[in-house]
Amino acid sequence: MNIWQRSYTRKSSDEYGRGEIIRFFAGLSLLFLLSLVLAVLFGSTSTGIREALTEGKGSAAYRIFLYVRLPRAFAAVLAGSALAVSGAIIQAVLNNAMAAPNIIGVNSGAGLAVTLLVAVNPAAVSYLPYAAFFGALAACLCIYAIAARTGASRMTITLVGITISSILTAGINTVKTVFPDSLYNSNAFLVGGISGVSMARLSPACWLIGLGLVCAWLVAKDTDVLNLGEETAGSLGMNVKATRFLLLLLASVLAGSAVSFAGLLGFVGLLAPHICRRFVGGTHRRLIPACALGGATLVLLCDLAARLLFAPYELPVGIILSLVGGPFFLMLILVQRKSRLYD
Amino acid sequence: MIEVKDVSFSYDKEPVLKNVSLALAPGKFYAVVGSNGSGKTTLIRLLSRLSLPDSGQLFLDGKSYAEFERRDFARQLAMLPQSRPVPAISVRELVSHGRFPHLPMSRKLLAEDRRVVERALLEAGAESLARRSVKELSGGERQRAYLAMLLAQDTPYVLLDEPTTYLDVSAQFTVMDMLQKMSRSGKCVAAVLHDLSLALQYCDELILMEKGELRAAAPPKALADGGLLDRVFHIRCVPLEYEGKTEYVFHKK
Repeated sequence: MNIWQRSYTRKSSDEYGRGEIIRFFAGLSLLFLLSLVLAVLFGSTSTGIREALTEGKGSAAYRIFLYVRLPRAFAAVLAGSALAVSGAIIQAVLNNAMAAPNIIGVNSGAGLAVTLLVAVNPAAVSYLPYAAFFGALAACLCIYAIAARTGASRMTITLVGITISSILTAGINTVKTVFPDSLYNSNAFLVGGISGVSMARLSPACWLIGLGLVCAWLVAKDTDVLNLGEETAGSLGMNVKATRFLLLLLASVLAGSAVSFAGLLGFVGLLAPHICRRFVGGTHRRLIPACALGGATLVLLCDLAARLLFAPYELPVGIILSLVGGPFFLMLILVQRKSRLYD
Repeated sequence: MIEVKDVSFSYDKEPVLKNVSLALAPGKFYAVVGSNGSGKTTLIRLLSRLSLPDSGQLFLDGKSYAEFERRDFARQLAMLPQSRPVPAISVRELVSHGRFPHLPMSRKLLAEDRRVVERALLEAGAESLARRSVKELSGGERQRAYLAMLLAQDTPYVLLDEPTTYLDVSAQFTVMDMLQKMSRSGKCVAAVLHDLSLALQYCDELILMEKGELRAAAPPKALADGGLLDRVFHIRCVPLEYEGKTEYVFHKK
């Protein structure tokens, strides 16, 4: 067995000592803090922290820090943690390690709802997270209904998700074509980007994501039990349908809130849970906080790369994430096909 | 005692179980046997409340199934399905999930729960596997881990759907020994079994199903010697004496 198979499929959290887990969380926290500091200090302009502090509140440097870099770093943290935890939950509910909010159409569902709302009422910016949540939930329930009705294999569910995602993306493009002025910076929205976000725009999503993350951690034990399979969970006294619905609701709140300001950011929900599972195992009480930290760090670092690689030009962070996440997803398919553990 | 009274069940209007009535007593090991499509798994699913009957009633210790809350029921009856996803968790974590129906809202394992988990690992002979990942285990070891989870659930009634399928002969004996031991400790154990030889060797009673109907519920010897097994399975069941025990071999009719 190669290192990837061992890493992604066979580790148990009990195989690591408490010390090892603590070291992982300490290391990840340090990396997160470092990424956060770098995200605030560096950007496509060469403005430094010294100018901002010396030139005072009215200076351009100060404004760049306060109104550009801080909200952007905060958006990266929120979107990364929300999408990563949403991915971990969706993978548990569908019992499918290859499911993620962008792959199975949850992000596209949220995206379609956002574009529709903006097309109908461009002033309703504060309602975007809620619209995104309902869009994400509709997509989630659609996949779940197909999975429950057909008892389809995990690979089939992934393919169904990809199909639904394509349909919803076509819907977004249709709205965009019919209402060309509806979505400012629509390209960045479609690939996922966090440039130009403001604290005011982040505010409603921030509360929803915070609440969603806390709830995801509180129901982690139930997620573990659901992961044992529908029948085993049922025989352990769990209300399987209600728990699944609750978890899908949570995943939708998290993914929808992230999409409302970051657009269709891909692969965070796939990359972060897989990497974190490698270090903390499949127990969700450890996996959820690890994903929240790991997802935030991943988006912070990718956004930093998006800003610096071609400075003064910027790429939307979604492009960097796709460049990293796409090959990772392909590798996952190859490894899992080979080991025949998932289908 | 589990009592099944006149229970029927159908899939898409196709009757799968027809007017089944039977009783399962504590301290006994039952095997549900029958040819493919005879309704064995459906019966075990109804007994474990994973499916609800179209008509008829089920009682557990005199109380109708419908009167139990989910968790109360799970504290009385444990069920191990045949197929289940294998999680990337350790055996100890898997076994600790057996305590789920006993946990408070916080879902935190208390000292008593931890004691039960360690005892279950010990009783199932899975102590040495405790830190290993469930995914790493062989079929026999994995089944042992799941049986430890059933023990941790600590219920007087235990149901299993084909617990020996896909296991090698040695692992099959290990699993059957464990189930027999559970029944000897006072639990009521009922398992769907395809291996007639194991069923006849280990179980106190055979629940014989044929085309969705209960053909008989009787001790192995009565069914084998009475010729009913021969008729239902279209075989010839021949008794052999080995080390003072009666075992059976089967010939095609």
